[in-house]
Amino acid sequence: MADYKALEDLVIQVRRDILRQVHKVNSGHPGGSLGCTEFFVALYNEILERKDSFAMDGKDEDIFFLSNGHISPVFYSVLARSGYFPVSELNTFRLLNSRLQGHPTTHEGLPGIRIASGSLGQGISVSIGAALTKKLNKDNHLVYTLCGDGELQEGQNWEAIMYAAGNGVDNLIVTVDLNGQQIDGSTDNVLPMGNIKAKFEAFGWDVMDIENGNDLKAVISGMKKAKEKTGSGKPICVLLHTVMGNGVDFMMHTHDWHGKAPDDQQLENALSQNPVTLGIISPTPSPSIRIYP
Amino acid sequence: MKKYTDTGKKDTRSGFGDGLTELGKKNEDVVALCADLTGSLKMDDFKKNHPERFFQVGIAEANMIGMAAGMTIGGKIPFTGTFANFSTGRVYDQIRQSVAYSGKNVKICASHAGLTLGEDGATHQILEDIGLMKMLPGMTVINTCDYNQTKAATIAIADYEGPVYLRFGRPKVANFTPEDQNFQIGKAVLLQEGADVTIIATGHLVWEALQAAETLFEKGIHAEVINIHTIKPLDDEAILKSVKKTGCVVTAEEHNFLGGLGESVARLLSTQHPAPQELIATQDTFGESGTPEQLMDKYGLNASAIVNAVNKVIARK
Repeated sequence: MADYKALEDLVIQVRRDILRQVHKVNSGHPGGSLGCTEFFVALYNEILERKDSFAMDGKDEDIFFLSNGHISPVFYSVLARSGYFPVSELNTFRLLNSRLQGHPTTHEGLPGIRIASGSLGQGISVSIGAALTKKLNKDNHLVYTLCGDGELQEGQNWEAIMYAAGNGVDNLIVTVDLNGQQIDGSTDNVLPMGNIKAKFEAFGWDVMDIENGNDLKAVISGMKKAKEKTGSGKPICVLLHTVMGNGVDFMMHTHDWHGKAPDDQQLENALSQNPVTLGIISPTPSPSIRIYP
Repeated sequence: MKKYTDTGKKDTRSGFGDGLTELGKKNEDVVALCADLTGSLKMDDFKKNHPERFFQVGIAEANMIGMAAGMTIGGKIPFTGTFANFSTGRVYDQIRQSVAYSGKNVKICASHAGLTLGEDGATHQILEDIGLMKMLPGMTVINTCDYNQTKAATIAIADYEGPVYLRFGRPKVANFTPEDQNFQIGKAVLLQEGADVTIIATGHLVWEALQAAETLFEKGIHAEVINIHTIKPLDDEAILKSVKKTGCVVTAEEHNFLGGLGESVARLLSTQHPAPQELIATQDTFGESGTPEQLMDKYGLNASAIVNAVNKVIARK
């Protein structure tokens, strides 16, 4: 049984990490990161069967790929707080010589990351490849990926969605962050995608909703249900309904904070809405990083 | 002068197919992906012998590259196969992010490169692929000259850890390199020694370079002929050694003169040992329909064009 109090505390801490990372360099993507905080906390603490030490090949463990790489602040925070690298390294986000690039990369060797992402639309394809390799290796673990709803506008997704169903890739769970927002406005205004659920179903996927993607208990039980659906011949799609900017009142229900950092006062306000749980991140940068004045 | 014998015309893509078949037997980690061109890429035997390791992705090249990148996670060695145009330009961003930047062990195998797709015309030909691939950090770029070398290269790249672009053609061409050759990535092959001019060729133009050298020999010009099967990393040492001896160079390739082998050689010489150079390549143009022979003739990619270029470059020494 999950210790929900501890996990809720972690959710708040991750929100603080996101806000501080983005504020420090005055760049990055807080909106989508905040919206997916509960998902990441649930995934790394309650869902993934993973090893504590990181191996690129991910053999005999579940694998997660982040397709919408711009929500790196939440990914980095949860990876650090899952023990993959020191929490203090979050201080180097987007700085010169950092392993925490604006968008995730394997290039800098940051534990926890197995593919670069940022140019959208490639994560489902990569996940299918990794899932097929698991089948060839007779490894019964699962492959998870998260992509944004706006990201589904990239055509490559539909090539991949067609392939996965057509070839019974049933050890794959694709979660779509359904927040209805993208940089230029709501997804309905920028490029309406119609009924995403019907589209996945028409392609032959087993689709389910997590109606409140910002409720930790709902996310955990929903993802467990998704896990039970694997192995039935169909790939699984989870539509995770979230609120962009969740947990900070002035960032919620708008695309304004998709890719914008809070100023000093806004940070203070946002942090006050998410009081300290696990302690603030260390101000000491990793020794391998030089920070110029 | 050393004579090279054409042991019977064969297509380079069959060298790829046969190499892949051999690999399938000896390396269980090798998997193959194809975008609806199994026959064109000569991947049928691999598919027949190892159906569980062959992945038909359909006409969906972007997904194919992404899947290949994902398959490396867990230890597979994916070989993707489609035409050179759809192997590079169409999926450049997928290769850049998911393969090269991510450092994935994917072998992008491309047939029908250059002009020799012939009658299909410019939409199916590509003269920019070497440039596109060599500009990607960490990408190895190989362009083989005949059946035997393509087969040897296909087998060799499976043992090399890292992304590779392997480029070959469609038509049957002279097969003249040894069957039992030791293919070393990044190592130039000195085919003919000579003191007057260095001819550096790649792909289908290597045989033409040898023909040109014979013609030149009859006129008393001794050409050194080097087969550059690996365009990146370039064998700087072999090229500099030869050009320091001969004092001038002609490069020959079935590719645009922008971004190709000639430009790589020019970069090397301009920084290390400036020398007159002539470039046999297409002149910033798209291709068109025609037979392969007609196209190679029209775009000046043959032995007689190489001979003319040698005469020009020697005069500039």
